[in-house]
Amino acid sequence: MSSSPPSDIRRTPLYSLHAELGAKFVPFAGYDMPVQYKAGIMAEHRHTRAAAGLFDVSHMGQVVLHEAEPALALERLVPGDLQALKPGAMRYTMFTNENGGVLDDLMVLRRETDLFLVVNASRKEDDIALLRASLGGVRIEYLEDRALLALQGPRAVAVANRLLPGVARMGFMTGANFIWNGHVIFVTRSGYTGEDGVELSVPNSQADAFARGLLAHPEVAPIGLGARDSLRLEAGLCLYGNDLTPETTPIEAGLAWTISKRRRAAGGFPGDAVIQKQLASGPARKRVGIKPAGRAPARDHTKILAGGAEVGEITSGGFGPSVDGPIAMGYVAAAQATNGTALDLEIRGKTHPATVVPLPFTAHRYAKI
Amino acid sequence: MSLKYTKEHEWVRVEDDVATIGITNYAQEQLGDVVFVELPEIDAEVEAGNEFAVVESVKAASEVYSPVGGTVVEVNEDLAAKPGLVNEDAEGEGWFVKIKLADPDELDELMDARAYKAYVDTLS
Repeated sequence: MSSSPPSDIRRTPLYSLHAELGAKFVPFAGYDMPVQYKAGIMAEHRHTRAAAGLFDVSHMGQVVLHEAEPALALERLVPGDLQALKPGAMRYTMFTNENGGVLDDLMVLRRETDLFLVVNASRKEDDIALLRASLGGVRIEYLEDRALLALQGPRAVAVANRLLPGVARMGFMTGANFIWNGHVIFVTRSGYTGEDGVELSVPNSQADAFARGLLAHPEVAPIGLGARDSLRLEAGLCLYGNDLTPETTPIEAGLAWTISKRRRAAGGFPGDAVIQKQLASGPARKRVGIKPAGRAPARDHTKILAGGAEVGEITSGGFGPSVDGPIAMGYVAAAQATNGTALDLEIRGKTHPATVVPLPFTAHRYAKI
Repeated sequence: MSLKYTKEHEWVRVEDDVATIGITNYAQEQLGDVVFVELPEIDAEVEAGNEFAVVESVKAASEVYSPVGGTVVEVNEDLAAKPGLVNEDAEGEGWFVKIKLADPDELDELMDARAYKAYVDTLS
């Protein structure tokens, strides 16, 4: 069941800490990443919802855009309203292609003199190439010298505030610099679990010591990629490559809320005409929450049927530990996208009933400041 | 009789001509938290080496292959409500099915506990 990783597989600065904590590793986006620790996915998931979970997300790409009005420049590649961002404010948006499809989803944070971006691990090389090719006059800095940690859950901010006093006063979707042991840690109040929490950009040289500092608090447990996926699925958040692809638009994905009135009207991003048309007349298919009636999980690529005819496909599906049952998201024709619509899922050749339900499966508990 | 094992990490216990089958403790450790088990119907015919059940953990679905052939005479109904029995007691309460053996000679192909342990040791 085990095999040697390819020799070019990368490790994050926390690799030896993961090994010491009993992590089971899997290759993910070219990195050897912990999928779970000794507690297991179910316990790690529940711990995050009850207390605080520490995630290593150093495989993700941290990029800084300097000089020459980077917000104005980056708006040529994304539909998000970046000019409206005040210094310290963060926004979720996506790189689009000429058809309005999604090339990657990302976080953008405006700082006094630059823009801080966090992009997906599997897409970072392509994203950086796209930025270099498209944004003349902007200096693009890839922060390979920084690790990225996420501390998530109802106790996360209280714990982070002990190491970095002041974190508890940060507003949701804002970022600020803090000093720890003489080193700058850039903190954002954000995450990918539906819980309150922070994401912490830490110099590689300090990552191990800082992570151990967080884990020393009894509320904090290490959490692997397995629970990261079940947490984000319960929270109804998209996974790039599954729920978002170059063939799906932000409108089909239910992400119209990320596009401001000004940007809807003015366009000026790749695929703007397609996206404006879908905003005006509605997309032909939509991402929806799907609750299988039984206990069998419906994984990605499961066929969705309505009245015997294929109407779509599951894009993320599995088991929700907090829901205590199978949950899924998928794309269906607009006619089947209303909450309460009865569907059938084809799992291993048999049909299983399911219902369209509102997202998220587990209510978001983001900071209200 | 004592348990016999396969390289695909199933176990068999035979009483008279009925084989009780499940997945091994090593397999459940590798899978992690089991959330669903799809079992065959009573009277289904299964063949040695063919898929007869699916076990789903939080992260993935895995096929389970029958160590022996025969007719399904009983399935573990408790797994529907408590799939976690597979984690708690894989080689006992977490059994999957009972099969009336078609050919008891197939048992000779399987490993005993000692051989299986030696095999598992080569995997880590």
